[in-house]
Amino acid sequence: MIALLKRDLLLSFRAGGGFGLGLAFFLLVAVLVPLGVGPESGVLATIAPGVLWVGALLACLLSLDRIFALDYEDGSLDLLATAPLPMEGVVALKAVAHWLVTGLALTLVSPLLAILLSLPPVAWPWLMLSLAIGTPALSVIGAFGAALTVGIRRGGLLLSLLVLPLYLPTLIFGAEVVRRGASGMALTTPLAALAAITAGSLALLPFAAAAAIRVNLR
Amino acid sequence: MQLSARVLPWLVGLTAVSLILGLGWGFFFTPDDYKQGATVKILFIHVPAAMMAINAWIMMLITSLIWVVRRHHVSALAARAAAPAGLVFTLIALVTGAFWGQPMWNTWWEWDPRLTSFLILCLFYLGYIALWSAIEDPDTAADLTAVLCVVGSVFALLSRYAVKFWNQGLHQDSTILKVGEKDPLDVAYYVPLVICILGFVLFFIMIVLLRTRMLIRARRLSVLQARERMA
Amino acid sequence: MLLTVRDLAVSRGGLIALSKVSFALAPGRTLVLRGANGIGKTTLLRTIAGLQPAAAGQIEAASESIAYASHADGVKLALSVSANLSFWSAIFGTGKAATAEAMQRMNLTSLADRPAARLSAGQKRRLGLARMLVTGRPVWLLDEPTVSLDQESVALFADVLRDHLGAGGAALIATHIDLGLPEAAILDLTPYRTAPHQMATPGFDDAFGDAFSDGASR
Repeated sequence: MIALLKRDLLLSFRAGGGFGLGLAFFLLVAVLVPLGVGPESGVLATIAPGVLWVGALLACLLSLDRIFALDYEDGSLDLLATAPLPMEGVVALKAVAHWLVTGLALTLVSPLLAILLSLPPVAWPWLMLSLAIGTPALSVIGAFGAALTVGIRRGGLLLSLLVLPLYLPTLIFGAEVVRRGASGMALTTPLAALAAITAGSLALLPFAAAAAIRVNLR
Repeated sequence: MQLSARVLPWLVGLTAVSLILGLGWGFFFTPDDYKQGATVKILFIHVPAAMMAINAWIMMLITSLIWVVRRHHVSALAARAAAPAGLVFTLIALVTGAFWGQPMWNTWWEWDPRLTSFLILCLFYLGYIALWSAIEDPDTAADLTAVLCVVGSVFALLSRYAVKFWNQGLHQDSTILKVGEKDPLDVAYYVPLVICILGFVLFFIMIVLLRTRMLIRARRLSVLQARERMA
Repeated sequence: MLLTVRDLAVSRGGLIALSKVSFALAPGRTLVLRGANGIGKTTLLRTIAGLQPAAAGQIEAASESIAYASHADGVKLALSVSANLSFWSAIFGTGKAATAEAMQRMNLTSLADRPAARLSAGQKRRLGLARMLVTGRPVWLLDEPTVSLDQESVALFADVLRDHLGAGGAALIATHIDLGLPEAAILDLTPYRTAPHQMATPGFDDAFGDAFSDGASR
């Protein structure tokens, strides 16, 4: 089990693995938005929670099609499916690996980008917390979408179309936590909802994704 | 199964057409609202379309589950047949809503929970239809779209609650089932509205039957072609 | 018997390709599948490997006894030869010694630290076959194992296969090339091709009416 996680992490750090692309994209969003919206810090601070969350979501989306497509193309997925590992475990591990290189990395650099977008410092811990809680859901939902589209040539666009609507609840609650954190309002409800979505997705979606992969392999 | 389907469309088609005509009269023989004027009559399209947009998804969910459990091919195709109809109903609800909202709320679009939910539903329909058309093998497509439909339903419901939480809106609550409460739907509208809803339901059934039959034939044709290639 | 197949029917793209296939593989035996391109050799192997459901019939084998090698080698180009193999040995729980032995037997030891991206097609194929050794499973299903191998490597592979059989293993091979295994039995799949009017998969006629009767031309 650990071997699969190690291999996926290793592969994403190697050339062409895509690590850093998501981060660079996240950074780019944080630079582009002020350039487009104007430098006024009041306006930026208002939209910062949403922009940061949308940026994180899109950065996650970028690397989703790699989760299974590469293994499918080179035949590794066939062998993994006949290996003594349950496919549900494979899905969960791959989602974890995806989260470690995208979600976790985004969470760690998010305060830097919060500065660029004039997000008040009181909201930084909430930004990091909401990303830490919410991005695992993005990875596992993304893994489900990737499992659905793994057999489709050039499925990247379709993958985005399928996954983005599934991301909406996470986005809404995640950005709400930050927004409320910034204005000092009570944020237990959205935070709990965010955690519930993540927990539910982690518990159930690997089964749906594994079923989708089995269908795609036959 | 097929034989019954072969007789049904004509019956259903006729009833649907006559009902749609009947409810069309609702437009001309109901009084204008004292506040809203004639715009209130958008109700006769808006409300049934919105109801059917949701019902179509529910029907897709049920037929998808039947396919998953019983592996009945027609069930999967019925789900496929219903999707574009559901999408069109959603679009009708959104567009008529915009036409209604413009004079009433003075805006074409408002990020109101109900409106947003329907926009999200629209995205789900698009994704579902796109997945069907992207996969060549019919059984694979049926399986994967069924999984998407089930998971999508859960997330659509989640989105609904998330959106409600995110913004309390302009849109009034549904008043159809509120007879006897304050601010009910006027009886003058009630009867034609019910007929409209019935008409939309029959219309939907007719479309689904027609499209299912079309898909069944397409499926047969592809099998016959495959046989030709192999022979 | 390591593998027993009875009255197996396999389907591809919703049509039954082969039916009433029966054979048994005892330890130490090889069965070579023959048949024209597109007859369904790959489909048969994938069905026996458990990657797709059988349309009819039974496949009997001990659980986790089958290893399947598809056309694709399942090689990660960014990883070295030894890293590729040790990943699979970790997944199949066979340990480090198995990796070293597999490399040695497939004549890959001198290439151990070379990234797979810099291997030739034949070397990559050898790596893909070494993967079979690392699984430690008795029944090998091999789909065109000798593609892009030179004569020397084919002989090397035949030796490895003979050792595997000598150790009580068995192999089911789809190939057009004579592997130099005179003792191997040959199963020509041509007689098992499904007649066109029997191609519908179970449930199809129930749902769509008898698509293959003349009535369908209405």
